[in-house]
Amino acid sequence: MSGTRQLSSFTVDDGLFGLDVEHVQEVIRTPRITPVPLAPPAVLGLANLRGQVVTVLDLRARLGLEPRPEPGAVTVVVQHDGEVVGLVADAPGDVLEVSADQQDPPPEALTGPPADLISGTCRLPDRLLLVLDVEQAVRVTAPA
Amino acid sequence: MARIPHLRPVPADRCGGPQRTDATREELEGGTVFELSEMEEIVQEFLVESHENLDQLDRDLVELERDPGSRELLAGIFRTIHTIKGTSGFLAFGTLEQVSHVGEGLLSRLRDGELELDFERAAALLDLVDAIRTVLASIEATGAEGQHDFSALVAQLERLQSADPDAPRLVQPRPAADPAPEPADHDGGETEVDSRRGVADHTIRVDIGVLDELMQMVGELVLTRNRIVQQAGTIADPALMHTAHRLDVIAAGLQEGVMKTRMQPIGNIWSRMPRVVRDLGVVCGRQVRVEMEGRETELDRSLLEAIKDPLTHLVRNAVDHGIEPPQERVALGKPAEGVIGLRAYQQGGKVHVEIADDGRGIDPERVGLKAVERGLLTPEQLAALSPEETTSLVFQPGFSTAEAVSSVSGRGVGMDVVRTNIEQVGGTVALRSVPGFGSTVTLQIPLTLAIIPALTVATGGQRLAIPQLSLVELVAVPAGEVRTTIEDVSGVPVLRLRGRLLPLVHLDAALGLTSCRRADGTVSVVVVQSEGRQFGIVVDRVVDTEEIVVKPLSSQLAGIGLYAGAMVSGDGAVALILDVTALGHRSGVLGAARDLAGSAEPEQVAVEQEREAFLIVGVGPERRVAVPLAAVHRIEELSTATLEQVGGREVIQYRDGILPLARLARVMGVAEDPGPQERVPVVVYSEGGRSVGLVVSAIHDISDDFDGVSSDLGGPGLNGSVVVGRQVAELLDVRGAVLAADPLFYEPAAPATLDWMAVPS
Repeated sequence: MSGTRQLSSFTVDDGLFGLDVEHVQEVIRTPRITPVPLAPPAVLGLANLRGQVVTVLDLRARLGLEPRPEPGAVTVVVQHDGEVVGLVADAPGDVLEVSADQQDPPPEALTGPPADLISGTCRLPDRLLLVLDVEQAVRVTAPA
Repeated sequence: MARIPHLRPVPADRCGGPQRTDATREELEGGTVFELSEMEEIVQEFLVESHENLDQLDRDLVELERDPGSRELLAGIFRTIHTIKGTSGFLAFGTLEQVSHVGEGLLSRLRDGELELDFERAAALLDLVDAIRTVLASIEATGAEGQHDFSALVAQLERLQSADPDAPRLVQPRPAADPAPEPADHDGGETEVDSRRGVADHTIRVDIGVLDELMQMVGELVLTRNRIVQQAGTIADPALMHTAHRLDVIAAGLQEGVMKTRMQPIGNIWSRMPRVVRDLGVVCGRQVRVEMEGRETELDRSLLEAIKDPLTHLVRNAVDHGIEPPQERVALGKPAEGVIGLRAYQQGGKVHVEIADDGRGIDPERVGLKAVERGLLTPEQLAALSPEETTSLVFQPGFSTAEAVSSVSGRGVGMDVVRTNIEQVGGTVALRSVPGFGSTVTLQIPLTLAIIPALTVATGGQRLAIPQLSLVELVAVPAGEVRTTIEDVSGVPVLRLRGRLLPLVHLDAALGLTSCRRADGTVSVVVVQSEGRQFGIVVDRVVDTEEIVVKPLSSQLAGIGLYAGAMVSGDGAVALILDVTALGHRSGVLGAARDLAGSAEPEQVAVEQEREAFLIVGVGPERRVAVPLAAVHRIEELSTATLEQVGGREVIQYRDGILPLARLARVMGVAEDPGPQERVPVVVYSEGGRSVGLVVSAIHDISDDFDGVSSDLGGPGLNGSVVVGRQVAELLDVRGAVLAADPLFYEPAAPATLDWMAVPS
């Protein structure tokens, strides 16, 4: 929580979220997704990203929101632990630079599964941004 | 560093290499003769080269033991040690230099014919190779030689340099170790360097990582090519078509070329086998010779790496369990020296590797007893198995026949690990054994792992790839025949295919999908084989065959366990690759109990997983008899007109052979069906290449729904009774019925000879 950080922002439903830019490889229009039978519900499927097979997760499901028939319009491609994972969001946002005094720890009142995903909050001039923890966001394990 | 008191540095002019004392070594380390990185590079080069040389040395020494007089071999060995000594002196690895120096002394006397190579000297020289390896390992790990005490070895090597090896272990005066014809050594060393340089001009060392990366990129290129070719087909542009065709040819050539760079001869991993066999032979008191055929057969290096340990294990097994002690062999009329044959060849896009021995073979009876003792199956289950099936019990986890767990094999890692490892790289293992004459294990391994041919199928709107390695055949069942050929017995769907029963897996159901069956009602079945068993996968549609690059799945999907990976197909879409073995296990058509039937009889398919399944047949007008399904090879309907009488028994011509028949009604002493019949159902039982037919009155059902066997009710030809599907059926004494058809059925067959090894008579 120290110093200025750069966040790549996007919206899911009407919430504004951000991820540290160092984790974000790119933000693309949601590609064609091949569903994976028997996969955990948060997994939308697999996509072909320039010849690389990438697992695509639904951020709505990760955040405990109601699923929609159509996946969101944009996919935030993140790198974590040597794997490339796509996170589907509704709309892209700017890359924001937030100073240390704008940042707070996650609100205590936040509970439930989405709470694990939120590593902090940022008070922007006009609205609140929730910072996602990339490690938690991609942590989806299949039922054994 | 362990200093050996009686060994002093020898002047440089006498040993053909620069000598360094500790003082000079410090000088070298302290000084800036080389940049550190440059030095590291030289050391690295030295390690790689030495390892290669040592492998060669192992081979040569073992060969030398057989042909002690070979000057050529001795000169080669001498040169290798000489080079190691020279380079280690130059790099100031003192210990290495010292041990190789004494070894060199002994070798030069051997080479000049002053001494004979005997067992003790060979053993000492092999120990020397091991010592050098140990030091090299330390250098590789830590960059320094480390603390090793080789004084005993050095003393031994020195002692053996005197003409009488029984001479007291005294410190030998140095002149004895001093090889007389030194100038010749110099020449030897020089020519060695020169000839190597010649080779170096034509070869370069490439980092494996670079090759792997290249391979992956070529894989991508092949996929892109597929896509371009596909798109060019849709646009009617002759110029584009031509270019696409060109690209096709170039990409194929490139793919082949890059694949070639990763190919290595199997001889590379075989080279250590003579040493393994020799050492093991000494420990177990066996005399064994290794014969190799096809050592130039090439395999992708990752595959080579993967089969190295299984292969070593199989060779160890052959020495430890296969080859008999010399006295025993002589008593049996075999030569005292056993032979282990390694043979490799390419056939049908696969590399076949055979490990054969002319030892005692595998005794099915002993294997069976052991398996029962280990609780792998019950005596009743065992009785139902054929000798081949019993033999293949050795592939069961937790099986080891070693009577006493020796230090050599039988350490718990057994044949099951061998099979698992080979299957992991898409290969298969088969075992043939003739008791008294030896065993042959055959491994079938794909040429490469990087790009594999696959069949794409569609089910429930989803496209999936099935690797062709596991593919046996495709069966389309027309709508009109579905009712008669696909049966649902006790919830287990079974396909009747050419008289045999094949368990089916509905892929849509297995994946939790809703199927979109074909409008014409045709059912497509992909018959696959895994773990030596066949089963059918019901799909909506068979799409195409494609060459695919297997991409690993991310951690989020690894836990599902039904997929072997993913692929990008020609149109750019991602498709999943089915893991056939996992699907079979998940759907209950493969499993522990199923394995018991073994891989020797892939056509024989039982329907149940944990419980025994029975075929219910009618005998006479009203008797119901249960035949263990494991004993059913095929069900046929044969015309009574073709029945013949031979020696008072009924036989029938069947599949280019003669099938002895037994009428179950007569065996059981019940009234036969009244009236003549044109066709009769026959249950065919096969074992060890022999078959008999059991004539019944009707085929009723297949069921595993039974409430235990009771033995109080019985009669002639029966083993008791069993309640199947709430009705009592009598349990057939299979053995008795078989013997009624062919009294000699269980007599040992004439021993088949090993395919390619001369069997001593």
